[in-house]
Amino acid sequence: MVFVNGKEQTANGKTVEDIINEMNIDKRTIAVELNEEIVSKVDYDSTTLKDGDVLEVVSFVGGG
Amino acid sequence: MVPTKEEFFSALEFRHGRKNQRKFADATVAICGLGGLGSNIAICLARAGIGKLILIDFDVVDVSNLHRQQYMASQVGMYKTEALKENLLEINPYITIESCTVRMTEDNTVKLVSEADVVCEAFDKAECKAMVVNAVLTDFKDKIIVSGSGMAGFSSANAIVTKKLSNRFYMCGDGVSDVNDGIGLIASRVMVCAAHEAHIVLRLLMGEQTP
Repeated sequence: MVFVNGKEQTANGKTVEDIINEMNIDKRTIAVELNEEIVSKVDYDSTTLKDGDVLEVVSFVGGG
Repeated sequence: MVPTKEEFFSALEFRHGRKNQRKFADATVAICGLGGLGSNIAICLARAGIGKLILIDFDVVDVSNLHRQQYMASQVGMYKTEALKENLLEINPYITIESCTVRMTEDNTVKLVSEADVVCEAFDKAECKAMVVNAVLTDFKDKIIVSGSGMAGFSSANAIVTKKLSNRFYMCGDGVSDVNDGIGLIASRVMVCAAHEAHIVLRLLMGEQTP
């Protein structure tokens, strides 16, 4: 099991890219942290999740 | 009459404590975007006696900015970097300001913020927010980024909070109120978010890591 934005789910073997695609969000407006470390955009499809991983997909909204 | 430097800093030490004030005076903070968030963050930090601010924005003051951004009607048409520098020096004549009138991109972010202890993301567009957060977290090993996301509209000001997402990434806002949903931007709610960003910067400089 892994934690994606605080929710436990089965995601073993999936990549960060897979998770983002499932969320149906604009990749230009996100930052992703895996176990509190930033995942560079170029590494989304090569980063595979393993048991116990904590993934935060931060989706920014406009306004400032 | 403008107070002397000694008078000015003695008044700040009285409010903040000598130890904290020394940390603020030694600090450099970069502010990326000088709109509703950035101009208000800059004013909070200048009033607190931060030593140096790096102000980054390519745009000029527009009449449509005056409802929430810290500019004067007489400054419409000026570069925001120059207008804000003028206003900040009126508040704190002893602050050091570096004005960078450029559009921030993936290519120049590292150079623009390299000197800063803390970087404040204060852009309007979601993709610009994401760009600078990704760049700072990816390209530096020790720099902290404070970001603002979700402050549009008339919803409760109490929904705006500061969250610590990791050791180097703090996020202020309600996370969901998107200006693109046609709910507008209101000075008071934007200022609440800006104050959250400025406040966590001060806490981090004092050595406090909890939001």
